Amino acid sequence: MSQQTQAGIDYSKVDEIISACGAEKSHLIAILQKVQEEFRYLPLDIMTYIGTKIEGLSPATVYGVATFYAQFSLQPKGKYEIKVCDGTACHVRGSMPVLNAIKQTLNLENGQYTTENGLFSLETVSCLGACGLAPVVVVNGKVYPQMTADAIKIVIETIMNEESEGK
Amino acid sequence: MTTTLIDIKKEQQKVKEQIKAQGLRVLVCAGTGCVANGSLKVIERFKELGADVRPMTHQDKVTIVPTGCHGFCEQGVLVVIPDLDITYVKVKLEDVEEIVESHIKNGKPVERLLYVDPKTQEHVFKNEEINFYAKQTRTTLANCGEIDAESLDEALATGAYEALHKVLEQGNPDAVIDEIVKSGLRGRGGGGFPTGMKWKFTAANRGGKSYVVCNGDEGDPGAFMDRSVMEGDPHKLLEGMAIAGYAIGADEAYIYVRAEYPLAIHRLRVAIKQAEERGYLGKNIMGSDFNFEIHIKEGAGAFVCGEETALIASIEGERGMPRPKPPFPANKGLFGRPTLINNVETLANVSTIILKGADWFSSMGTEKSKGTKTFALTGEVNNTGLIEVPMGTTLREIVFDIGGGIRGGKKFKAVQIGGPSGGCLTEEHLDLPMDYDNLIAAGAMVGSGGLVVMNEDTCIVEVARFFMNFTQNESCGKCVPCREGTKNMLKILERIVKGKGEMKDLETLEELATAVKDGSLCGLGKTAPNPVLSTLKYFKDEYIAHIKDKRCPAGVCEAMKVITIDEELCKGCTKCARNCPVGAIEGTVRNPHHIDQSKCIKCGACLNSCPFKAIKQN
Repeated sequence: MSQQTQAGIDYSKVDEIISACGAEKSHLIAILQKVQEEFRYLPLDIMTYIGTKIEGLSPATVYGVATFYAQFSLQPKGKYEIKVCDGTACHVRGSMPVLNAIKQTLNLENGQYTTENGLFSLETVSCLGACGLAPVVVVNGKVYPQMTADAIKIVIETIMNEESEGK
Repeated sequence: MTTTLIDIKKEQQKVKEQIKAQGLRVLVCAGTGCVANGSLKVIERFKELGADVRPMTHQDKVTIVPTGCHGFCEQGVLVVIPDLDITYVKVKLEDVEEIVESHIKNGKPVERLLYVDPKTQEHVFKNEEINFYAKQTRTTLANCGEIDAESLDEALATGAYEALHKVLEQGNPDAVIDEIVKSGLRGRGGGGFPTGMKWKFTAANRGGKSYVVCNGDEGDPGAFMDRSVMEGDPHKLLEGMAIAGYAIGADEAYIYVRAEYPLAIHRLRVAIKQAEERGYLGKNIMGSDFNFEIHIKEGAGAFVCGEETALIASIEGERGMPRPKPPFPANKGLFGRPTLINNVETLANVSTIILKGADWFSSMGTEKSKGTKTFALTGEVNNTGLIEVPMGTTLREIVFDIGGGIRGGKKFKAVQIGGPSGGCLTEEHLDLPMDYDNLIAAGAMVGSGGLVVMNEDTCIVEVARFFMNFTQNESCGKCVPCREGTKNMLKILERIVKGKGEMKDLETLEELATAVKDGSLCGLGKTAPNPVLSTLKYFKDEYIAHIKDKRCPAGVCEAMKVITIDEELCKGCTKCARNCPVGAIEGTVRNPHHIDQSKCIKCGACLNSCPFKAIKQN
């Protein structure tokens, strides 16, 4: 909980998002998407804020919607969001060994989903619609086609190297 | 009607001349698949190198056109030059110069970049000789890959908005509905409900506010036809929606698109803006008194939102949970108003039916399934990609002619059709004409059209577990049969693939499957047991092998792998014993070793370490 009730949230940003999308109940999903884009996750305080600000909503409703959809995350995502496609086509062509290789490279224990340093987060998605290129991995929107365990290790290590050089 | 419509033929003539002035058109695929393979850089390079080139065809210049998906994603980046009747595959940045110099300038095709026929192993020069395209009938996908998807002019040149113009000119919404009814078009999203009837039901409530909703929540893993249409020919969809709106008396519409399809969302936004600016959508369309406004709603990742009532809830900003029907959306849908919901592919068929007529459409297909259907052909076939064939085409034609057969010369085992709601088809179904009714009779369904081909190395029980895991995850939890039933079915399947199943599990599975099928509220639950039931029907022996013999016939299930040492080949070098992380290998120097199966964790470390290839895994 502590990480989610952090002080210093810029509510003017949230207000901007609400008025850009329209302060209506039917725009809740779009508002949450924009908030997540801005903050990289949905902080509890912001959800409560939205729930009290918009007529017809309650914090519980907002929480309900946020936890219903797979896209929303209540924990901070990494600077690099890794999505491993586990749709049928990718699964049949070996997405699981790729996923395991990523977990191993990033030292992610079972159930853990963002690395300690906040650099990477990992999730599986059900289909990215790029089945002809299976198995597919997406890192921050960039699609890596026909991945193998070795190839994805190189991709991640390259990002790690770039990051450590950048600092 | 007191208003005057614009002259669409004149508009078409204008844009056609513009396109003719482009000279030699080089089409480079900019669909999701080819972008992932680097097509944006290829396009840039072509633009650089092609700028001042005078092509050998004596045209004035070369124009590079970024297009939507050609469907042949695995061969990306695809470069098609229609005037030279050639398709280049797997084009890389460094190949561009050679194509420009050798072929465009000097008329000599670059042979090494041509498609290789998997059967003859020969290069294919002419477009129509590529087996992947030769057996297809592309109508919905006709323009995907042929035009710049972000240009309204290019769409207009292919006849976009001509059908809408025709219905506005005729001014008879009922006649539009009759034409769709007569065509025999059925919903392409999965259910197969007659589209014209749906329009009729919604139109019965004309008078007040009503909506058109396009279902672009293509959640089936392994299907991407809707993505391709939205990315490759967005105006075809928008026009279909506007015609539907005119027919049922709606002036507002929503397209619900998965957030996983950012490129599709972008292209739709561009297309709507362009069409509104030029008066093909928005207020007083083409000079008529018909208004039609289209909004985009991004989904947020929930498979159940493909169900129409759940989709409506999601557009309204709520949790995407289905509700009992009736009332049907046709009477009480979005914001409580009459609503027509059709999926992307269905709506993309509308304009062509209006232009070419219901008789043309119903001349294709089988008795009760008319027209063409797109399928996403994936898995273990040589040519993966998006295809479109007349209804009633056999599985054999799709897998072996268009798909070019099984990869790596392996043996065909089964096809999973219709995703997690569908079932599997086996060798005995290869010659079955594929249409709605035949597939239901075979225990599968057309669904959205995902076709995943599996070979002898695919474990069918594992696949059933995979789909059950998917539906269990995606079950919204509202009704008990689906929420609890899928969970328990998954538990049993997990037990079986771990080698801990019992024979009575199979009975329980079937019992649960029937209960979930009969008792669930929406389509997700009603169809969730299909993969289990159909694999049980056709591959019961594989289930039994997992349970009785503790053996996975395909050699996939980890828990059932047995690693053994061939005593004849083992030289007793002790390397495997030293590499084993759990100390499961016993033996002394220069004597054959053996593996204690109770300790072995099947990690395979010994397999790789043995210099004498004495260790084997079944």
